[in-house]
Amino acid sequence: MEALLPYIINGISAGGQYALIAIGYTMVYGILRLINFAHGDVFMVAGLIMVYTTTSMPLYISIPIVLVCTVVLGFVIERVAYKPLRSAPRMSLMISAIGVSYLIQNLAFYITGGLPKPVLNPIPWVSDTITIFGALTKRVTLITPILTLVLVFVLVYLIKNTKIGMGMRAASKDFETAQLMGVKINSVISFTFIVGSFLAAVGSILYFTNYPSVAITSGSLPGLRAFIAAVFGGIGSIPGAVVGAFIIGLCEELIKGLGYSTFSDAFTFALLIVVLCVKPTGLFGEKVTDKV
Amino acid sequence: MKKFFAFALVLVMVVALAVPAYAANPVVKIGVFEPQTGDNGAGGKQEILGMQYANSVQPTVEIAGVEYDVQLEIVDNRTNAENGPSAAAELVNRDVSVVLGSYGSGVSMAGGTVFQEAGVPAIGVTCTNPQVTSDCDVYFRICFLDPFQGTVHANYAVNEVGTMKAYTLAMLGSDYDQGLVYYFTQAFEALGGEVISEDFPEATSNFVSYINNAKAAGAGVIFAPVSTNYAQLIIEAASAQGYEGQLLGSDTWDNNMVVESSTGKDVEIKITTFYQEGGNPEFDEGIKAWMNANPDALTNNGGNDMVSAVTAMGYDAYFVALEAIKAAGDTDPAAVLEALPGVSYEGVSGLIEFDEIGDAKRDQAYIKTANTAEGVWEFVKVQGIG
Amino acid sequence: MIRNNEKRKETILGIFLLLLLLAVMTFIDAKLPSYHIAIKVIKKASVYALVAVSMNLLNGFTGLFSLGQAGFMLLGAYTYAVLSIPVGKRAGVYQYFDGGWIQFSIPEFFSEHLGETFGLNMGIIIALLLGGLVAAFFAYLIGLPVLRLKSDYLAIATLGFAEILRAFFQWKKLGPLTNGSNLLKSYPDFGSATGYIVLIGIFIALIVLLVNSTYGRAFKAIRDDEIAAEAMGINLAKHKRMAFIISSFFAGIGGGMLAMYMGTLQALSFKSTMTYEILLVVVMGGIGSITGSVITSFLYIASMEWLLRGLDSGTFLGINAPGLFKNGFRMAVVSLIIMVVVLFFSKGIMGDREFSVKGLIRLFGGKKAKENAGGDGNV
Repeated sequence: MEALLPYIINGISAGGQYALIAIGYTMVYGILRLINFAHGDVFMVAGLIMVYTTTSMPLYISIPIVLVCTVVLGFVIERVAYKPLRSAPRMSLMISAIGVSYLIQNLAFYITGGLPKPVLNPIPWVSDTITIFGALTKRVTLITPILTLVLVFVLVYLIKNTKIGMGMRAASKDFETAQLMGVKINSVISFTFIVGSFLAAVGSILYFTNYPSVAITSGSLPGLRAFIAAVFGGIGSIPGAVVGAFIIGLCEELIKGLGYSTFSDAFTFALLIVVLCVKPTGLFGEKVTDKV
Repeated sequence: MKKFFAFALVLVMVVALAVPAYAANPVVKIGVFEPQTGDNGAGGKQEILGMQYANSVQPTVEIAGVEYDVQLEIVDNRTNAENGPSAAAELVNRDVSVVLGSYGSGVSMAGGTVFQEAGVPAIGVTCTNPQVTSDCDVYFRICFLDPFQGTVHANYAVNEVGTMKAYTLAMLGSDYDQGLVYYFTQAFEALGGEVISEDFPEATSNFVSYINNAKAAGAGVIFAPVSTNYAQLIIEAASAQGYEGQLLGSDTWDNNMVVESSTGKDVEIKITTFYQEGGNPEFDEGIKAWMNANPDALTNNGGNDMVSAVTAMGYDAYFVALEAIKAAGDTDPAAVLEALPGVSYEGVSGLIEFDEIGDAKRDQAYIKTANTAEGVWEFVKVQGIG
Repeated sequence: MIRNNEKRKETILGIFLLLLLLAVMTFIDAKLPSYHIAIKVIKKASVYALVAVSMNLLNGFTGLFSLGQAGFMLLGAYTYAVLSIPVGKRAGVYQYFDGGWIQFSIPEFFSEHLGETFGLNMGIIIALLLGGLVAAFFAYLIGLPVLRLKSDYLAIATLGFAEILRAFFQWKKLGPLTNGSNLLKSYPDFGSATGYIVLIGIFIALIVLLVNSTYGRAFKAIRDDEIAAEAMGINLAKHKRMAFIISSFFAGIGGGMLAMYMGTLQALSFKSTMTYEILLVVVMGGIGSITGSVITSFLYIASMEWLLRGLDSGTFLGINAPGLFKNGFRMAVVSLIIMVVVLFFSKGIMGDREFSVKGLIRLFGGKKAKENAGGDGNV
């Protein structure tokens, strides 16, 4: 147990970061039935904005800027790339998402010059090293899961108890009927993207405080893992995404601990395929019936 | 509309073809085959800086009594073997007399096949894999090789650090990392040590568990010949996890972003490299002044005027190329290729001569350590493998 | 009678155009050295054309949204390279693995028995086909669980399989076979770009024949409406599996030829980015148009590798703007164009139509005809 502890702590922290991204995937999928491939890149852009702002501004300005810019980016992506395709086939929507992801990466590449950007001024205090039960870790590792859970509870409360939350639930149950019932579908979708991007920005700040280097491709891998977490937990379900993320984070670090790191990514994908084939609705997902 | 779109595309292509590039003075072109993007982009850019500075110091060359302007033709190979052939072909297409580069052996080999077909000589600056030259007649190189570098590290770990257990960390899929780990392991085991090797998948950010594995195994050194981005993250993780052994890095670590990220961290880092700042004060001063006058160069160097070994090597490579062109007395690649093996040049990184395979005769490496208080490299010693 | 006459005219003209293309290719090959950028572009573009068409067969004609193309290309590429490296060079290539497990080379074997040039080319083609078969075999295995999934789940599962395959190929334990993370090289290549064009032309022609056959019609029926297709008596599972395997077979061959073009082979090249790139080529050419995929492949590779390079290095079309035209600008511009196509010209260059001789005649003859030119795709 003593020997496993560092891996478990690290795994829970990784899980918390994936959870924050996974929520964005699962909410968007729940409503639009779209794998938002660009979500991981939004996460990466948040990291880049953090790199640029923290070097020139104090924290109490730079952090809000990161959050606002990321939210705006998420909103703009939806309006420009997804909204015009609302009546198009699902494949077009997904291609558009892949195109956006490609575009964001290439633009980021052009702006940064293609080199990874180190986070030179990480947020103080949270990036200090501390000891718990004899295992060393950064303070951010402990903060991440706690903050994740707090945000998730707030979000679930919002969805349960506000009008727009009700709209989201209605839209994810039945898109057309919700529209007929007077749900303002466009603002619901925009709100979904805003919340998703906000959480991704928070996740990004925590992630890049922990691993202080932002590369153009930094978003794609955590993004993919978070998506798998969302599928694993049952896509469309927020608690499912969170549980799935923690499980994936833990498994990944334990596999590294066992010395099979060559296959740490492969394992995640294998898990995905098994889940899809055995129980496509995931742990908490609802059964969907296809209509002709 | 679609027709118009297609038509416009075709038009752009045709016009792009038709625009010729010409210069009034006689020009000799030196191709620069370097990554400016991708994992090795940072290193490639620093290597180019050395060549550009050399070009500003010595912009002309006298060939058979005629004064020629030297023009650098820089093409980005994107670190990736997939883009190697077309980038190399692009250089050949621009009629270069000789090619310099690349940082990263994999893409050098990919380009090498094209240079071989075209008969254009290439001078590897810091590509350390033996296969770059052994299987390609036109490839030469001015740096030491992986077997040498791996052995230096193994000797250092056993003799200076005094450990018999080493942990190696390499990126999955990177031949540079894996090659060095292979030679390190061989040398270290020959000395009676034990090696634990692990690979991490591309785009890994979280190295905490790997460091924990090294700690759990009781390894006295972590040998991680990885690219700069991962080096920074490994330093961060090692410091956060309170790793007490030493981090050993290869020539890729000799980069100011790496040393900066170690600032204020509690880690001990040793690296092998080709040149130590201060080895040639005249060169150091010159290039610092040049970089400071040139904001783009400063950005490409990572924001300050620290001189990386790869920059010094790029500088030397340029002059070796000029020597070869002079000796050939012709701008024709074939003539330069013939003249190259005979070149002997005293560069800032030491004497450069080639053996029969085309490798530099080098038998010592500089060992540097990171001064974590100030964030600069400090010279430790010169190490051979004798 | 008139119809027949016209049809014959079209066929003759089609054959004539193909011969003309071949003649032009041979001419270019004879005129330009093998290392010329134009030759490299033609080689790479023709490989992309094959892979894009194979992807189109699946995504465009059968409506199966698969993102595993890079994985199947990886299989084909490694099979080709591993089987083709000359025995004498194996010790050098597999320098960390004692020369590897396999100690024969198909092209070498054939060139010894069937003569230098002919045997070598035969050997190369056989090794490429074996690469395709290996990819097809894996497609069969992967298809068993995966093909039951619907649209985007299928996409993400195939993407996952491609990544798993890549991890296995880089695994040290398989090093004596795959050389682990290290490069494979020294395998033979066709000396000329004509070889690429002819071979790929044949493969694409086969795909065209397939698409126009009963099976092709069944594929399209599945794409348009699965339930209706099933009601019409089309065996869904069988046809989906068939499309998946055939597409992977050609992707495998394409992978082998890409390895041949690159000269060195590393598993790291076959990332999901490669699949996305090919997918975007297919989309730009028009989902469901073979000629669209082919034309776009050539346009895309030519501009990426050659014509637009100026965008990265300071001067483009005579405009000198080092501040704007710096590294990465080319990719940014290309991805912007892609987004514009996806959003505003969602049918791509060709839509689901084909470039045809009939269309060409009409274009030059100035005749007005309302019916769509389709079906008789001529590459």
